[in-house]
Amino acid sequence: MGATAEATRQLVRMRGRSYVAFVFTPEIPILGWLAEIDATLARSPGFFVGKPVVLDLSALDLSGAAITHLVGNLEERNIRVLGIEGVDAEKLTTSMPPLLTGGRSCVITRTEPATEPAEKPEAKPKPTSLLLESPVRSGQSIVFTDGDVTVLGSVGSGAEIVAGGSIHVYGTLRGRAMAGVNGNSSARIYCQKIEAELLAIDGYYQTAEEIDASLRNRPAQAWLQGATMKITPLN
Amino acid sequence: MANVLVVTSGKGGVGKTTSTAALGAALAQAGERVVVIDFDVGLRNLDLVMGAERRVVFDLINVVQGVAKLQQALIRDKRLENLWLLPASQTRDKDALTDEGVGRIIAELRTKFDWILCDSPAGIERGAMLAMRYADEAVIVTNPEVSSVRDSDRIIGMLDSKTVKAEQGERVTKHILITRFDPARAARGEMLSIDDILEILATPLLGIIPESQDVLRASNVGSPVTLNNAASAPARAYTDAARRLMGESVDMIVPAERRGLMNRLLGRRAA
Repeated sequence: MGATAEATRQLVRMRGRSYVAFVFTPEIPILGWLAEIDATLARSPGFFVGKPVVLDLSALDLSGAAITHLVGNLEERNIRVLGIEGVDAEKLTTSMPPLLTGGRSCVITRTEPATEPAEKPEAKPKPTSLLLESPVRSGQSIVFTDGDVTVLGSVGSGAEIVAGGSIHVYGTLRGRAMAGVNGNSSARIYCQKIEAELLAIDGYYQTAEEIDASLRNRPAQAWLQGATMKITPLN
Repeated sequence: MANVLVVTSGKGGVGKTTSTAALGAALAQAGERVVVIDFDVGLRNLDLVMGAERRVVFDLINVVQGVAKLQQALIRDKRLENLWLLPASQTRDKDALTDEGVGRIIAELRTKFDWILCDSPAGIERGAMLAMRYADEAVIVTNPEVSSVRDSDRIIGMLDSKTVKAEQGERVTKHILITRFDPARAARGEMLSIDDILEILATPLLGIIPESQDVLRASNVGSPVTLNNAASAPARAYTDAARRLMGESVDMIVPAERRGLMNRLLGRRAA
């Protein structure tokens, strides 16, 4: 009999585990400190809901009654105190949260409580064009693979523009322009004045040498016709 | 209110050091308190052009590293009492410059001078970056040729992105100074025209310095061209540029080809 009872007995297994808790360090006057808590709650109600909170009273010298009163005040605000730190063990009665020791500070990653969904900023659609209001200087490289690039100014010799879509230059294009880099063969390159070092659309390219001299210094566009790049004046 | 002005170009040999000395001397002649700083650590030249090479004791690197005080390194010009030079070290290289050290020196100089002219080394590496780092204004020295203009364009892009001002969302005030302009060659179409340069760089023009033997002559005797021969064409052009820096509006003179009477007669006969 005794042997069977022995075999079925469940062992109580204990494990240690650590958790991150908010630590409150109340300051004198306590009423003023509670007002601060109220202000925080007014800004984000429910901030402390469901979060473990520890009271660090090492900076204060409160009597047992005062501690009970403080814990009660916090409970009224829906803040449940998990444990108390920094007081003499004899001040805490059994009805109070237990004494904690050996806490280590760590960084709290603030996950703001999900407020009303209406307030949530709508996920903005990714911009599909890039506007540059100043000239692109030699040595600068503008890479925008999500769509068109528009430059209000010139693109200097030795500068490059790489775009997933089309490229528009309202100035002189002296550098390199590479459009449709994601395999968009309908992308085009437009410029007010063509003096480009290199034009490329979807991998097909022409260097300055191959660009017809009669086009130089004129408004022009480049596009793909099958596997050949066409460059024509715009007017 | 002190003005930190970097004289830069990207390309070497276009006249940064000559221009720094000439503009510094012209500003000092106008009564401004001026210091010119040589940032070309390891290849210093400004001391020679200023004629102060025999009086260098401490240099920029000594001050950056805290070996010497700023007052010990500053050299007062013998001709103009409100013109000072902070020379570079010839024995070190640009790695000896630190961002923090340069910032400290510039901040200290700001309390003592009206104009702090930083003579940038060529290139786009550490020395050039630190010369422009704390600038409020920039003079971009450009020769009328494509390689110089393209390098200037690159430097303008860096002035708009790598300076403290740019990082704070402000702008460095930029000026183009065209040097070694040869009117005869420009007339024959052998050089880029002023309009072409300004169209490419899209930046206001500060002045046009004509190509002249006076510049070389002044360098050789260790004198800024504006002091050596104030009546010469380049000196007048630099003086006008300095007045424009001080906010005056001065008519821009495009150097024209000077032809003697005989030339003109011959030219007419040939035509």
